Amino acid sequence: MNEMLSTLEETALSDYKYGFVTNIEADSAPKGLNEDIVRFISAKKNEPEWMLEWRLKAYRHWLKMVEPQWANLKYPPIDFQDIIYYSAPKTKANPKSLDEIDPELKKTFDKLGISLEEQKRLTGVAVDAVIDSVSIGTSFKEQLAELGIIFCSMSEAIREHPELVRKYLGSVVPMTDNYFSALNSAVFSDGSFCFIPSGVRCPMELSTYFRINAENTGQFERTLIVAEDNSYVSYLEGCTAPMRDENQLHAAVVELVALSHAEIKYSTVQNWYPGDKEGKGGIYNFVTKRGICAGEHAKISWTQVETGSAITWKYPSVILKGDHSIGEFYSVAVTNNHQQADTGTKMQHLGKNTKSRIVSKGISAGFSNNSYRGLVHIGKTAKNARNHSQCDSLLLGDKCGAHTFPYIEVKNNDSVVEHEATTSKIGEDQIFYCNQRGLDTETAVALIINGFAKEVMNQLPMEFAVEAQKLLAISLEGSVG
Amino acid sequence: MLSIQNLHAGIEEREILNGINLEIKAGEVHAIMGPNGSGKSTLASVLAGRDGYNVTQGTADFAGKNFLDLSPEDRAREGLFLAFQYPVEIPGVSTTNFIKTAVNETRKYHGQEPLDAVGFLKLMKEKMKMLHIDQSLLSRSLNEGFSGGEKKRNEIFQMIMLQPKLAILDETDSGLDIDALRIVAHGVNQFRSKDNGVLVVTHYQRLLDYIVPDFVHVLYNGRIVKSGTKELALELEEKGYDFIKNQVNEPETV
Repeated sequence: MNEMLSTLEETALSDYKYGFVTNIEADSAPKGLNEDIVRFISAKKNEPEWMLEWRLKAYRHWLKMVEPQWANLKYPPIDFQDIIYYSAPKTKANPKSLDEIDPELKKTFDKLGISLEEQKRLTGVAVDAVIDSVSIGTSFKEQLAELGIIFCSMSEAIREHPELVRKYLGSVVPMTDNYFSALNSAVFSDGSFCFIPSGVRCPMELSTYFRINAENTGQFERTLIVAEDNSYVSYLEGCTAPMRDENQLHAAVVELVALSHAEIKYSTVQNWYPGDKEGKGGIYNFVTKRGICAGEHAKISWTQVETGSAITWKYPSVILKGDHSIGEFYSVAVTNNHQQADTGTKMQHLGKNTKSRIVSKGISAGFSNNSYRGLVHIGKTAKNARNHSQCDSLLLGDKCGAHTFPYIEVKNNDSVVEHEATTSKIGEDQIFYCNQRGLDTETAVALIINGFAKEVMNQLPMEFAVEAQKLLAISLEGSVG
Repeated sequence: MLSIQNLHAGIEEREILNGINLEIKAGEVHAIMGPNGSGKSTLASVLAGRDGYNVTQGTADFAGKNFLDLSPEDRAREGLFLAFQYPVEIPGVSTTNFIKTAVNETRKYHGQEPLDAVGFLKLMKEKMKMLHIDQSLLSRSLNEGFSGGEKKRNEIFQMIMLQPKLAILDETDSGLDIDALRIVAHGVNQFRSKDNGVLVVTHYQRLLDYIVPDFVHVLYNGRIVKSGTKELALELEEKGYDFIKNQVNEPETV
């Protein structure tokens, strides 16, 4: 065991292969935040007056708020005046087709393994690519439009589909919801907008790829997905950032609206730069994600694979308003070196016969801390609601921590709530057993980790499952010697 | 095949093996017997390279190489197999997937192409019959929720899939009922050939009714104090380990 631990202490984070920087001129706002910056962002995006008003309202509210302190996270105070709130690659605005995108940017996404070329149809995934504060292109737009599906950047949606945006923006995560959602509402720059009309089953995976490139820049994207009655959509987001010594802030808001009998499956593979092995640099990831099952028999399913970021603060939640609606949360969170994650979910049962399921798998290595924080709320009206939560933690080494903070509130007496939690260590006898069968330790750890996370990985769309499995192995490379 | 010379080993400062000498040739089955605490399992662990055991003296050559210099995984790839007394559970990893990974890691080490899914399943189906192993067992997570008998059968099944040069069975009979014991022994007997060796580590003679050894060694206080043929095992069964203890201790008391 001692040998295993000492090797563990010596280990370094495997190379973060997305850490490169694209050299492209950027059009940026000056550092800092005030009303003028909010106006600047809104003007850059040619937004209508109502949008600017909405932003300013959020900004004024944010000024009165205080940063939340309840999370199990330690970090120096964030200087919100030391951040650039808008940065866009200096390139042709609104490319008419993907051919007009700057080849440098295309190369960036090629390097990340994201193809913006529609010819590569085999992948069957439509991509919206967001770099820093703007979307640089969306593929398969026309094909999707034929079905009445709208898939475009948020900026475009505000201009082209104001009635939809006005109706739904802030309807699930009000601008006043929390400190970071208020900040996002004031300065959000881009993100994706999806609208699936009644009765349509979206034939391909929709996906947004977020990339932070510019220095000292925060990314504040806003995503809104609306699935009308009897529709279905599966959506995936991925994210990476260059390696930098400074911490960068990412404060996103995602809102999902599922109407009656609609289903939204939202998957995240979060691989922001986690900082170096001493804990220097890395992304501060403060994200508010929430969906509402507004109609009966609606279903929202969150799946997340969180391997990146220096700090993760994120609780994808579901409001189960419609009777018989279903909320699911499947999560694998990996922390290594000095990473900290405080993540989980909230399931708010309001409708009758609503069901929710939570499966959370936390893996901690190095000096990291990994917390699960979850709330299951069963309201008075949620007769016969059911919840099952399962939280498993796996520890690699003896310098890391795993914590579980479950909150359960039940306001009626015909509901059933179950919570199971386990904590285990990768045992040296497990490793030795694998070694004795000819597997080296690295292969053994990858196998054990993937076995541990399997229930969640199985929820990912096929196209991404293999990649996510590799990502898990890479994130923990060398963490057990 | 395996040549152990004057092997001294232990955990931390405590010496458990005090000079083991043992020769196993291809085609032979050796049994090591001994009372609790005599060092039987330590010998198996030291040979397989378990972390935490220190070799202070002696050598162990396997297939012409000094084995003690190799990592545990390389010893396995070179053809040493240890059937564990307490096989570990790995949740979420199917037994099939685990064995496939093991088979292919060994193939890779020897410069062979990995078996594809079809080739592997064919091989597996063939060997499953031998041990009366059911497909459903192999689809389950490795050893998770397996009964004692299922775990041991799974160990022997892995041995047959990996075709090692030398198999060490560490108390494989413990926790087995008579039917499971027969199945396990049948598997081992099928595996025996002129090209490989087997080292059976056991407390009781019972297993040796089914796996008949060519040689029997008695381990006591970290040393092989008596060697013989299968009759030695019967004598031990009859007289108990005290008879060995008395024999060994006598010269010291004189």
